[in-house]
Amino acid sequence: MPVTLNLPTVLSKLAEGNKTLEADGNTLGEVVSVVATRYPELAPRLRDENGQPYPFVTFYLNDDDIRFNGGFDAAVKDGDEVTIVPAIAGG
Amino acid sequence: MTAIISEPSAADTTLRPNALVCRLCKTPAEAAPVAICEHCLGPLDPAPDPNRTLPSRETIESRPESIWRYKEWLPFHGDPSLSLDTGFTPLVDAPRLAERLGVARCWIKNDAVSHPTLSFKDRVVATAINAAKAFGLDTIGCASTGNLANAVAAHAARAGMKAWIFIPADLEVGKVIGTQIFAPNLVRIQGTYDDVNRLCSQIADYFGWGIVNVNLRGYYGEGSKTMAFEIAEQLGWRLPTAVVAPMAGGSLVTKLRKGFREFTEAGLVNGTAPRIYGTQALGCAPIVNLVERDLDQIEPVIPNTIARSIAIGNPADGMFAKRAIVETGGSAAGVSEEAIVDGMRLLAKEVGIFTETAGGVTVAGALKLAEQGRFRPDDEVVLCITGNGLKTIEAVTDPKLRPLPEVPVIAPRMKEVKALVEATKP
Repeated sequence: MPVTLNLPTVLSKLAEGNKTLEADGNTLGEVVSVVATRYPELAPRLRDENGQPYPFVTFYLNDDDIRFNGGFDAAVKDGDEVTIVPAIAGG
Repeated sequence: MTAIISEPSAADTTLRPNALVCRLCKTPAEAAPVAICEHCLGPLDPAPDPNRTLPSRETIESRPESIWRYKEWLPFHGDPSLSLDTGFTPLVDAPRLAERLGVARCWIKNDAVSHPTLSFKDRVVATAINAAKAFGLDTIGCASTGNLANAVAAHAARAGMKAWIFIPADLEVGKVIGTQIFAPNLVRIQGTYDDVNRLCSQIADYFGWGIVNVNLRGYYGEGSKTMAFEIAEQLGWRLPTAVVAPMAGGSLVTKLRKGFREFTEAGLVNGTAPRIYGTQALGCAPIVNLVERDLDQIEPVIPNTIARSIAIGNPADGMFAKRAIVETGGSAAGVSEEAIVDGMRLLAKEVGIFTETAGGVTVAGALKLAEQGRFRPDDEVVLCITGNGLKTIEAVTDPKLRPLPEVPVIAPRMKEVKALVEATKP
């Protein structure tokens, strides 16, 4: 059972309209790489030219902000759920 | 983030929200309940019509005392129909506080008495709810640390709109009751504000409601500028030299700067832009960290402070707030929990204003900035007090901090009154 990625509407348009994707990997970074290869238009929205997450895009691994858990190096396992949320909200 | 507009029958034909433009990549977007740029995921801001006719000082002065007297700088064409009486709170002279700060003059911009829910969030909800109505949305909502929850619930109740409001489960009783009384759908979330905020991003995306600080955020944020407009007008159409404001998401300091700049560009005021100073509780100071350590990216924190109304560990406008502070020559200050309570008590004792914890942060922050030598003797400083102390009485009664003393209880006898009066003599 691979990792599930939930995309916001603004990003799902770049993934053929899919709001939920599945991909394999040992770390979140590997999962993002698999998805980036599958949807080249989505790739530059998920990570910068150095392969790191943008300040304006927050990744949650099973509801926890990955910036508290190693960023893209965070280990993932089958059945984990990743939610991607544009960070411009709140306050 | 395309909204599903389920019941468009209530659309307001007299008010049209301005089109949007990305603050980062400058790509334009149509007016819509959308806050994120499709191209770079940056924030979308409403773009004013550059050819609109701007009013004179006299025209503005002739209008009703509300935020709408500055409507040409708010993100709409036409006239609003909801929340017409919010704004124009007092600007209070505070000479004894000026003395303590070592400055020429000090004023309190007192949004602790904002109509109708006693915080500056009435301003932003007044603009957001008019945008929601114009877009034909029948439900508004928010992620809130309390004050915004109060405001969304009250403004929605008056407008006859449905409201869904999400708050951290551990908010102060006054904030919870002060929301619930307006009969919204109120939900307490087991988590921090940042957890609630993330959930609301997903909620706005899924349900298509007008979440004021998510998908209506561009229209919402512009309401904050009215605090700057009012300060300039109430000072007699001039600018202060410095402004001190609390920071949560970081939007207010950016909008204060924008408001002062827009009035200067319109020729309504002259002179140097005020230095902007931002304050936070040390228990949640990600923007102070940004400024003091000159970071180029927010490092989120887990909040731990009694100043819950500004306890945002992952502030969306953090970088923009840093820019507003640094580029105007200001700085940022973080204050301890004890200093927050002292600040609340000081403002009450010296100026006669009972503010909530965020106001305590502002007053304590101003005192710290003065100690650091940030102010000049000829400075004219405005402190932005954004909320009311009756909503956070826990802070001034907490025995672990600096609680108010016990109130004497006596029998209805003159002898006992005389004894009390005698005891107060030095």
